[in-house]
Amino acid sequence: MKEAVGKYRPGDRVRVRMEDRPGHIRTPFYIRGKTGWVERVHGEFLNPESLAYGRDGLPKRPLYLIGFHQAEVWGEYSASGRDKLYVDIYEHWLNPA
Amino acid sequence: MPRGHHDLGGTPGGGPIDRSEHQLEDWEILADAVNQALGAKGIRRTDELRRIREEMDAEHYRSMSYYERWIASAETILIEKKILTREEIDRKVAEFEKRWGNP
Repeated sequence: MKEAVGKYRPGDRVRVRMEDRPGHIRTPFYIRGKTGWVERVHGEFLNPESLAYGRDGLPKRPLYLIGFHQAEVWGEYSASGRDKLYVDIYEHWLNPA
Repeated sequence: MPRGHHDLGGTPGGGPIDRSEHQLEDWEILADAVNQALGAKGIRRTDELRRIREEMDAEHYRSMSYYERWIASAETILIEKKILTREEIDRKVAEFEKRWGNP
């Protein structure tokens, strides 16, 4: 059986870190500080924040597909309350919620 | 630095997305080919090129089209890795302009 990757499991509630720092990051601005759930564990990947500067990208970082309710992401969202948004986010950008 | 010039998701006033198909120009296909070749040779990683485009002057970044940004970031990575110098690139561009005229 494949060994479990990362500390979060599907269904866990998470909050994206509200971090603001220079350098290459893959967490879009609009999703920082928002709360969602782990939809899927993608696995472990080389860290793009390190690769971007010609480094080796190690240690690998767990990457998740995180689900959000559109209404939670956008203050004024008038379409269906069931609409969802999915974003790939690395574990070091997440906190438990 | 609240939001990078490349990170536009959710910015108000963006208007609708143009979903129509459009033909690529020959130079755009060439820009992609050079970019793929640099990757295959292990000279650049996608993350490095993204970082370079994010580090560009914001006004300069916005003034360029998608593939113009690709070319500009390929130039920068070649200079960063000491494969070409800015002078060598400028000299070659000047040669091309002399032969084919300034576009």
